[in-house]
Amino acid sequence: MSAPRLLITASPHLAAGDSTPRIMWNVVGSLVPILAAATYFFGPSAVLVVAAATAGAVVTEHSCGGKGTVGDGSAVITGILLGLTLPAGLPLWMAFVGGAFGIGIGKLVFGGLGQNVFNPALLGRAFLQASFPVALTTFPAPASAGDWWRLGGDNFALPFVTARALDAVTSATPLGRMKFEQAATPLSDLVFGSTSGSLGETSGLLILLCGGYLALRNFLNWRIPASIFATAALLATLLHALDPARHSGALFTLFSGGLMLGAMYMATDLVTSPVTNLGCWIFGAGVAVLVVVIRSWGGLAEGVMYSILIMNALVPYLNRCTQPRVFGSRPVRRAP
Amino acid sequence: MWSRLNFRHGVHPPELKELTAGIPIRRVPFADEVVLPLRQHTGKPARPVVRPGARVERGDTVAEADGYVSTPIHASAAGTVRDIGLWPHPDGSYALAIRIAVDRYSPQAARPRLVPDWTGLGPAELIEAIRQAGVVGLGGAAFPTHVKLSPPQDVTIDTILVNGCECEPYLTTDHRTMVEYPERVQLGIRIMMRCLGVSRAVVGIERNKPDAIETIRGTLPTDIDVTVEPLEVKYPQGAEKMLIESLLHREVPSGKLPMHVGVVVQNVASAATIAEVFDTGLPLIERIVTVTGRGIRRPANLIVPVGMKLRDLLDACGGVTEDAKEVVFGGPMMGLAQAHLDTPLVKGITGVVVLSGAEVKPQVSYPCIRCGHCLDACPVFLNPQLLGQLALKERWNEMEANHLVDCMLCGCCSYTCPSNIPLSQLFALAKSELRRRPAPI
Repeated sequence: MSAPRLLITASPHLAAGDSTPRIMWNVVGSLVPILAAATYFFGPSAVLVVAAATAGAVVTEHSCGGKGTVGDGSAVITGILLGLTLPAGLPLWMAFVGGAFGIGIGKLVFGGLGQNVFNPALLGRAFLQASFPVALTTFPAPASAGDWWRLGGDNFALPFVTARALDAVTSATPLGRMKFEQAATPLSDLVFGSTSGSLGETSGLLILLCGGYLALRNFLNWRIPASIFATAALLATLLHALDPARHSGALFTLFSGGLMLGAMYMATDLVTSPVTNLGCWIFGAGVAVLVVVIRSWGGLAEGVMYSILIMNALVPYLNRCTQPRVFGSRPVRRAP
Repeated sequence: MWSRLNFRHGVHPPELKELTAGIPIRRVPFADEVVLPLRQHTGKPARPVVRPGARVERGDTVAEADGYVSTPIHASAAGTVRDIGLWPHPDGSYALAIRIAVDRYSPQAARPRLVPDWTGLGPAELIEAIRQAGVVGLGGAAFPTHVKLSPPQDVTIDTILVNGCECEPYLTTDHRTMVEYPERVQLGIRIMMRCLGVSRAVVGIERNKPDAIETIRGTLPTDIDVTVEPLEVKYPQGAEKMLIESLLHREVPSGKLPMHVGVVVQNVASAATIAEVFDTGLPLIERIVTVTGRGIRRPANLIVPVGMKLRDLLDACGGVTEDAKEVVFGGPMMGLAQAHLDTPLVKGITGVVVLSGAEVKPQVSYPCIRCGHCLDACPVFLNPQLLGQLALKERWNEMEANHLVDCMLCGCCSYTCPSNIPLSQLFALAKSELRRRPAPI
């Protein structure tokens, strides 16, 4: 028998088979239907904005991230998620800058994958919102059958040049209408997506299905969206009972604005959410409370972004407070 | 009777037992040489009592116990002592071992009884006979059995748990033992119950071995209280503390032993061996070993003389395949990869798994993404994510503060980690660093 060249590794010698890049690319794959829906509702502008944000993220990861980390897929996720939080008419250079900021300042300065405190996509969006408030809150109405090909705004505006006012139809988002005009939006429009808003604020049902796939594969902790939905629905129902004119009901709260995308894809970002299950329940509840508070009493119509970023900052503390009870650390219990 | 025969957390690796689960146990021919390391058990190595050139018969004592937590070692084949020197040991080191050139013309017949008949013996005499026979736990840890059967005066044992889980993938040693030697398992349980003066024994068997459950159930004695409990198939169901939690819902306190909750756990193979030594009169000189994996040509369940070299054992199974990559002593979850084909099998080795190139883990790690899968896997509820980050920074003392001592190195965290971080290897490293640390002044 010829002596084989023996490999020596430490146990265990088997692995479960889910690798970090596989998880990341699965998340990317699950975002494709949401992106397709955004394109259906907002026309080619949707693809352009998401592509620009992704390009910004990937170029930054590639040029500053060191040893070929683009392949792990996390920068692509950041780019797509950022793109989905933007309005269709945004100039592309802004989306690109947002992606670059999210990866560069939101992730790489912390030490790259796994080290960042804040969700990079949301940090990129927060940066854009602070820098270009008007562009970020100009929402084109969903495309109608005849003018699908029309851009949602001046996507190709040059950097730092005032965008031309195109004849795209803009419209207030359901949350804006609710907050400033006390006007409701039909629930079916929210569920299926034919409303004005950011690219990923459209079909709540589709986002629920895509995120549900990830939860089934255990690529996200289902306790976070469950906790967000339960808490938000509970608070919204209470407030609605107190003052039906000012506060919308539970279903409106869940399906309007960025809550669905935020709960399924942003709050569940593995890196910036708690590692303990109890921590995940608390984290989700905290996000939901902040969302309802900002929406009801804040100056903004929407608060998902800031809610998640604030809770991101609390994650190390939540992890610390919710350490599991180690086996064998309770008094001896005798069987009867 | 019990609502939930399970422990929390753990992982579900592929079972991979179909390669050998249906293959009857057969005896392997003697090779030219057996190598008997003096350290084949937990505790102090044995002290050799033979010199090079001495003639030994099968079953003769070649090394005697050196202290209480130690066991004697016996010649597993008749022949001549060739040498006593350093030899590759299964743990990866070179350790003192007695090499015996096997007499090719010896009939290897059983000698007159070295172990007395068990009937009529009291507990003390039984335990002494078990000690003389060199019996150790055959589930892997090789803890001397006579020590386990002699609990201190201040603890009361009420139950013996007999471990037939065999939760490691691939291995079928205990499975075949239960199917083919049920009466030995039952006799071993009876003898252990007499040693400990215990009136209840429970055999825990994972549900993926229905034939073993049926066979052991079918041979249960009627005069003593022995029961069989099928358990969920989950790793590490066969870890002592997990088995006690599953079967009796007793949580062994941190830093304590099963006896502190009134339990002694013994492997089914150990029970069968106790019966065998009293049955044949021969000490522990052979054991049942599963040789399996995608990298071996003819997987088998074999009766192997203790001290047989890995090379001879692989040859007896048709050799390895072209793409054999890694040879592991024990199961694939906790077993040790071997560097040397001259390494002998010792008493505690349950199986030899030859992994093919397609099976071995990829050797690339990614950064921790804090997914928390390791926390959901850890059967003792540690935070492997935190411990792993501390280990990479060599912050051993903080690891100790985060309950590293409770880690049993089962490997669930490493198995489930999507970033392939070698967590349990890091924890083993941390444990050894902490042991080497000088005592506080």
